[in-house]
Amino acid sequence: MSTDHLIPLSALQHYAFCPRQCALIHIERVWADNWLTAQGNKLHKRVDSGEPEVRNGVRMERAVMVSAEQLGLTGKLDLVEKDMQTGALTPVEYKRGKAKPGNWDKVQLCAQALCLEEMTGQHISDGYLWYWETRRREPVEFDQSLRSQTLAVINEVKALFSQRILPKPVYEKRCNACSLYDQCEPKLVENDNSAVYVKALFSVDKEVSVDKEASGL
Amino acid sequence: MKKLQNVLYLTRDSLYAHKEREAIVIKEEQNTLQKIPIHSIAAIYCFGQAKVSPGLMAHCSENDVNLAWFDLFGRFQARIQGRQSGNVLLRRAQYRISDNNPVDIAKNIIAAKIQNGRNVLQRHIRNNGDNEEVSRVIGALRFSIEQAGNAKSVEQLRGIEGEAAAQYFSVFQHLIKPSLQDEFVFNGRNRRPPRDAINALLSLLYAVIGQDVSGALNAVGLDPQVGFLHADRPGRDSLAQDILEEFRAYLADRMAVSLINKQQIKARDFETEASGAVKLKEEARKALYAAWQQRKQEVILHPFLNEKVEIGLLPHIQAMLLARHLRGDLQQYPPFYIAK
Repeated sequence: MSTDHLIPLSALQHYAFCPRQCALIHIERVWADNWLTAQGNKLHKRVDSGEPEVRNGVRMERAVMVSAEQLGLTGKLDLVEKDMQTGALTPVEYKRGKAKPGNWDKVQLCAQALCLEEMTGQHISDGYLWYWETRRREPVEFDQSLRSQTLAVINEVKALFSQRILPKPVYEKRCNACSLYDQCEPKLVENDNSAVYVKALFSVDKEVSVDKEASGL
Repeated sequence: MKKLQNVLYLTRDSLYAHKEREAIVIKEEQNTLQKIPIHSIAAIYCFGQAKVSPGLMAHCSENDVNLAWFDLFGRFQARIQGRQSGNVLLRRAQYRISDNNPVDIAKNIIAAKIQNGRNVLQRHIRNNGDNEEVSRVIGALRFSIEQAGNAKSVEQLRGIEGEAAAQYFSVFQHLIKPSLQDEFVFNGRNRRPPRDAINALLSLLYAVIGQDVSGALNAVGLDPQVGFLHADRPGRDSLAQDILEEFRAYLADRMAVSLINKQQIKARDFETEASGAVKLKEEARKALYAAWQQRKQEVILHPFLNEKVEIGLLPHIQAMLLARHLRGDLQQYPPFYIAK
């Protein structure tokens, strides 16, 4: 069955970082690695490898594919733990950095849980975020407020995908860490002076080009 | 900004390039001439019968490395097109505007082209003192730019451009040093094939820069074949020809003149075939590519970005700016032009 119409779970993460980045990757299809994404890839190579194993009565499955038609999501989960006695499922998401002040990592994990719920019919009460920098698991409870927040984000991303409009950039400090900086050109687009520039072209030798020279450009 | 990478020119029939792990290996007969790290290469241009292995072709197609073949006149013959990359929405926007409203983009390009030609002539006067004929053309081109600004159709623009090009080339001979004007005679532009040395030089430079432009358009996900000014014709990279207009005078014409005036290329570097076709001999062609590679490293202030960039990145930058305009990020397409 084709999952083309489903939104990849990774899009939620990109959307969280920046809606324009999300659109550039998933709608405009541009992609560029930098050292941060390369480090992420390397980390995931390790996470994704390995056969399922059972430890202390818990079966661990890595790189678990999910697709949830009703929710409209598809993707791959880093790790799903299954309690062999109760059958309870717990998603675990690996993150490169450390716990961040916003709610975004939790929203993504919750989206994973919602996918698992749709696919198994089972209620999933909590999961974990594991941070590479701190090497610690942070427990996350999927309460009602996180669930509704997650559904709201999913709807926003769906709207972006169906409208196919590239959101305007807002230049911020985080832009410098973005691997798509060159394709996004946030400063350039944010202060669009193309009309002024073209106007000067059609009046070369007149006041506009003189102004330019005077200002040292 | 993107990093400027090298272009590999395979200038001899007997050359063969293939991929060996992370290196491009260049061989002639059984001898290895050179090994080059593969990630440092942005394009491979083969001339005559130079050959490339399928493995290297695959690498080029996967990594947006532009691989193209030219004949010995520098005429484009073929190019490897890998899996269609980039964004279908961008290409659709390109087709839509090309069909419905190409004039706005086309007139920006044409005005920039004329301005850049005008700038070459202005430079000549600054460096060599006033010349009545050249000054007259500078004035005429000023008027052509104004006309381009008011153009209502692409046909009209083509007329304005043709007139401006004729004016510009009518004084082009003045750019050659007086002491060399007997050896290098230029009576206007001719091509297919070029019939004098200056035309041969120009054709070769236009072809090579044009391929850099095609590669850059491909790399940002645009379709090099669908243009705004040049009509679609099977096998022609019309959009690349459009964008090339911005660079002809500033990059190619200036370089041709400087190669001749500095006597880096001499009259004896050309050979004339029975048909009257003039072409550059192999050694001189190598000197030309070397000069072009060197010119690419030079840094200028990009007039629109207001950022220091290497000249070799200009095709990529203009391709990126066009893509940004087509996807609604920039109100106008800002062409490359030098104002003073």
